[in-house]
Amino acid sequence: MIEIINLSKSFEDHLVLDNLNLNIEKGETMVIIGRSGCGKSVLLKHIIGIMKPSSGQVIIDGVDITKMDQKELNDFRMKFGMLFQGAALFDSLSVGENVGFALYEHTKLSRMQIEKRVKECLGHVGLAGIEHLKPAELSGGMRKRVGLARAIAVNPEIIMYDEPTTGVDPIMGDAVNELIIDLHDKLKVTSIAVTHDMVSAYKIASRIAMLYEGKVIEIGTPQEIKNTKNAIVRQFVTGAATGPITDKKTA
Amino acid sequence: MFSNRNKNDKDGPAGPDYARAEIKSELRLFGEPFRRVRRWPGAIGGRFVELVGYVGGAFILLGQTIFWLFVPPLKKKSVLEQMDKIGVKSLPIVLLTSLFTGMVLALQSAYQMQRMSAEMYIASLVSLSMVRELGPVLTALVIAGRVGASITAELGTMKVTEQIDALEALASNPVKYLVVPRFLALFIMLPLLTVYADIIGIIGGYIIGVFKLGIAPNMYWRMTYDPLVFKDVFTGLIKSVAFGIVIAIVACFQGMNTEGGAEGVGRSTTLAVVVSFIMIIATDCFFTALFYFAFRV
Repeated sequence: MIEIINLSKSFEDHLVLDNLNLNIEKGETMVIIGRSGCGKSVLLKHIIGIMKPSSGQVIIDGVDITKMDQKELNDFRMKFGMLFQGAALFDSLSVGENVGFALYEHTKLSRMQIEKRVKECLGHVGLAGIEHLKPAELSGGMRKRVGLARAIAVNPEIIMYDEPTTGVDPIMGDAVNELIIDLHDKLKVTSIAVTHDMVSAYKIASRIAMLYEGKVIEIGTPQEIKNTKNAIVRQFVTGAATGPITDKKTA
Repeated sequence: MFSNRNKNDKDGPAGPDYARAEIKSELRLFGEPFRRVRRWPGAIGGRFVELVGYVGGAFILLGQTIFWLFVPPLKKKSVLEQMDKIGVKSLPIVLLTSLFTGMVLALQSAYQMQRMSAEMYIASLVSLSMVRELGPVLTALVIAGRVGASITAELGTMKVTEQIDALEALASNPVKYLVVPRFLALFIMLPLLTVYADIIGIIGGYIIGVFKLGIAPNMYWRMTYDPLVFKDVFTGLIKSVAFGIVIAIVACFQGMNTEGGAEGVGRSTTLAVVVSFIMIIATDCFFTALFYFAFRV
């Protein structure tokens, strides 16, 4: 369903993604793990077409999105919902206007219908009744959940989560995990999550892929990853301060 | 010097390997000034390439803005909100600035004019200066500082908090949603503000001319509008439209290319104001040469 073929991306002379290959099946929950700054968010942005690669292809449902023009990309993005790292809510708009944003801008639904849908989405994430508040008045956890409500408002087929449990307390983090699983089961979406929270990864993933030095070095079910023989992946998933990843840097 | 020592040196401080290492490092120090000078062309060239990239990027944004301006629907609510923020709320500072400018012009020229008993020409000096130059330019500088900085800070903050990416992810085009309303608002409001500035500047000159220097009021008005021709007003307004475009594009371009968190937003805002100022003065120079030397009508 999503095929990433030989994807490379450099920023100035820094190579972030290096001939990366990854396939994501329809309906699965793929969790991409890796160190901070290894290019996970960059990969996500390529899948939704916000960034263009230096070389390589991103093929979604048979269409190469790296060759699409602006209009085609915009139509195509309605299939996606994305939760950004800091939620990225629009400061100047209220919660209700944020959640209904894509509906107001790109559909011909009436105001009443959109407000109904907004209410529904906020209900899904457990935040009914806060449509009139501004993002600045919300806590970090609330902002993340509003961001999630905004992502699902257009009924997407694919939802992407950029570090969904980062920056929230463990209880809220687990609530977000439950939400992701719940959405996956109820809405039958394909989910792609990027995280370095292994607890979250094991809980929500159908498959886990590890990104290291711009490539996918290991991919498998949570069980396979837990029992991996790859020393680099081992060091990451067990959270060891010393190992091949850190030894390489100091050599 | 000790750091140049090869770990595999078999001899001690008096041996040939050690001496070789010492000579090498002395030569390196000696060559340092030459190396530094050799880097200058590269550094200057690098800066030039950056400048070309910046100007190119700004023009690309201008092209995209004009493109999206004509793609329906136009968000009238957004444009009106921006016009209020940019135009209506800037009126007090524009009026204050031009009032004092008109007064200062009259005061400064009064000394010379009085010695030649030519006070009435103060009125012409004030009106021509305000309408041709000071009205458009000072208003543009004030707006660049007030509005330009605000736009850059707002868009810059949106960029570093990924709100611009979020806009794209929600299938909206950031140029259409953010830049077009601000561009239109500046395009429309700057000439309007300039007209106010011209009038109030002339009134400032009147206050000094009539109440301090004793020029007869009807004489003052006559000497204000007699020398003014349509060309003066027209060129002043054309300039202000151009300044509006400059401020909009520089502020939006700088904002949307901000990087580096809060510090980056601060840097971007400062740079946007500085570049706007320089571009306004340069554009003014260009238009003055164009209208008053190329077309001697």
